[in-house]
Amino acid sequence: MARRFAAIWFSHLTTDWMVIRKPELKAVPFVFALPDRGRMSVTAVSKVAAAEGIALGMGAADAKAICTGLQVFDDKPERAAKLLKGLGEWCIRYSPIVATHLPDGLILDITGCTHLWGTEHDYLKDLVSRLKGKGYETRAAIADTIGAAWGVSHFGRQQITIIDTSAHISALLPLPPAALRLEEPVLQRLKKLGFYQIKDFIKISRSALRRRFGEAFLLRLSQAMGQEEEVIKPLQIAVPFQERLPCLEPIRTKKGIEIAIRRLLEALCQRLCKEGKGLRTAKLTGYRMDGHIEQVEIGTNKAANQIEHLFKLFELKIASITPALGIELFVLEAPEVEDSEPVQEALWAGSPGLDDQELTELLDRLAGKLGAKSIHRYLPDKHFWPERSVKHETSLQAKTAISWQTSKPRPVQLLPRPEPVFVAAPIPDYPPIVFRYKDKVHAIKKTDGPERIEREWWMDEGEHRDYYIVEDEDGQRFWLFRLGHYSGDKTNDWFLHGFFA
Amino acid sequence: MEQAKRDIIAQLRKDILLMEGFKPATEGATSAFGLGPIEAAFPNGVFPAGSVHEVLNLEAEHTGATGGFIAGLLSVLMRSGGPCLWISTCRKLFPPALKAFGVEPERIIFIDIDREKDVLWAVEEALKYKGLAAVVAELRELSFTQSRRLQLAVEESRVTGFILRHDPLKISPTACVARWQVKPLPSETEDDLPGVGYPRWQVELLKVRNGNPGTWTVEWSEEGFNVLPAAEAITEEQILKFG
Repeated sequence: MARRFAAIWFSHLTTDWMVIRKPELKAVPFVFALPDRGRMSVTAVSKVAAAEGIALGMGAADAKAICTGLQVFDDKPERAAKLLKGLGEWCIRYSPIVATHLPDGLILDITGCTHLWGTEHDYLKDLVSRLKGKGYETRAAIADTIGAAWGVSHFGRQQITIIDTSAHISALLPLPPAALRLEEPVLQRLKKLGFYQIKDFIKISRSALRRRFGEAFLLRLSQAMGQEEEVIKPLQIAVPFQERLPCLEPIRTKKGIEIAIRRLLEALCQRLCKEGKGLRTAKLTGYRMDGHIEQVEIGTNKAANQIEHLFKLFELKIASITPALGIELFVLEAPEVEDSEPVQEALWAGSPGLDDQELTELLDRLAGKLGAKSIHRYLPDKHFWPERSVKHETSLQAKTAISWQTSKPRPVQLLPRPEPVFVAAPIPDYPPIVFRYKDKVHAIKKTDGPERIEREWWMDEGEHRDYYIVEDEDGQRFWLFRLGHYSGDKTNDWFLHGFFA
Repeated sequence: MEQAKRDIIAQLRKDILLMEGFKPATEGATSAFGLGPIEAAFPNGVFPAGSVHEVLNLEAEHTGATGGFIAGLLSVLMRSGGPCLWISTCRKLFPPALKAFGVEPERIIFIDIDREKDVLWAVEEALKYKGLAAVVAELRELSFTQSRRLQLAVEESRVTGFILRHDPLKISPTACVARWQVKPLPSETEDDLPGVGYPRWQVELLKVRNGNPGTWTVEWSEEGFNVLPAAEAITEEQILKFG
């Protein structure tokens, strides 16, 4: 399929933006200026000021002399880029591949997009008139190559120009060399040599042109003619699994959003099912009337392509969407997609265990509301050190070759960090006979131990622990340990680490 | 006429029991939990799996004993292969310990929640799902209406729920089938050998719908629960008191 590109030129980008912000400036000539080599030079001219004869690069003082009522505002160097990025993101509704072309243009790869609006002319007209509605004066063109579209949008006679397929070279011929996006010195040289139109030099042999104007000139020329591929960097990388739902009327109600989500999910899940895939994360973007973008995201524990289930996950998030004046476009994308395992129908009902679909759905719902961090599962780890003896596992399917340690008893409750206790031990290296924990004295009746657990010196430093299981007179069973060896001068080196059943 | 009426009432009572989740004892079925006399305290003599139980845990020191007893029950409930959800706000449970109670710790999914309000929501969602063996939830407060909702959820799904409650001031009537309390008791070793013996608890059934509340001494060994004869339990207490 032949590729088609649209170039949009914002003839007064920053000044139009200023007028949108301050409508009282609409009839007033004003310019933006930046200090340049010790003087204020004009960097952007409003439409009214341009009609008065003020041009770019002029000194602000000269401009004021030409036009008495001229207002001068300070410019910000990165303002144009920021504005273009915002406008480009808005334009994604027209094409998934939109790139900014500094300082004042947008390039859209519209291959296969225009039929949704009817013809290419309708497409471009819709785009330009909506930008006009926002307050931006634009000129636009569609052609086979980026270079041609750009050139025609800047130097064409009409506001909207459609160059037919493979007619771009003839459309370029009458344009001035500046339409090829050339550097200023090259343009000067061309002018000096009397090349006022592209047709003047297009027939000249390439070697002669290279000698006089350099490689960059030839590259631009062949890009415009379609002999060299030109790559644009899209603002947002298009996601392969994406569904869009433009709405005739802006959606404002919960019910409306629900219907929109359901439709998008139906389309997306059908595609996922057909390709044997399931999504792990999904992002719903709502483009609001006032230009804001509302986003909600969901995640699943396992590749999922069930409409009902995914809808339930989104349902929990609907409350966080603010439609305000209404949402006019919904986009559902699945950035993370995995192969989904084929589901086998169970022949008899039994307890399905961890692999069950419904369990994953339940956990997805819990994770959706409470956050994925709240779900934990533990597997044994190859450590004796109690705090490290379990490993946190996120996946439900993960299995381990190590088995749980059962040779030594472990407490049912383990304190996250050992708490110091005061003890009285009759002889060194003996379990205590009494200990105090939280202002309560426990007299110890029975003891077991010690179980010495050495510290893993390659992981952290410190002393070993001698664990004792002790039982007090009420029958409560505790896990105490002494840190390191007994020494006469230290007093508080006993800790409580857990409670037995 | 009188006889017929009585028969009808008896039949209706049985039906109500059935609806509330008590399975009639099948002939020749051995008590699956090994809780002999405790199971006999329930209507029909069957431990009511598939309903919500309330377990009081009023002192922090008793948490271990409560956890152990529940782990023992879970080992039986999870035999069917279903996973278990443990939902709480401040969990200290140490998974490796469960192995000693016959539970595979990797089949327990822990849900740690910051807000108390979300716990109830999560418990209800979990109890509605048929594939789970059990749901354990640590809750501070549970009103009658909330407990009724949970009970309705399990009547559909037949999941067993355990609600652990820590706050003694907030105990109110609930729709749970039973209210338990587990306290640790001093262990006994064989032949007075030194060391700590099998975990031993005083299991109290404070409330049970259509059953008989009571107190028992229960020990956990490798074979499972072991309910000690009541007489022995009393003598032990006497020994503790007087000798």
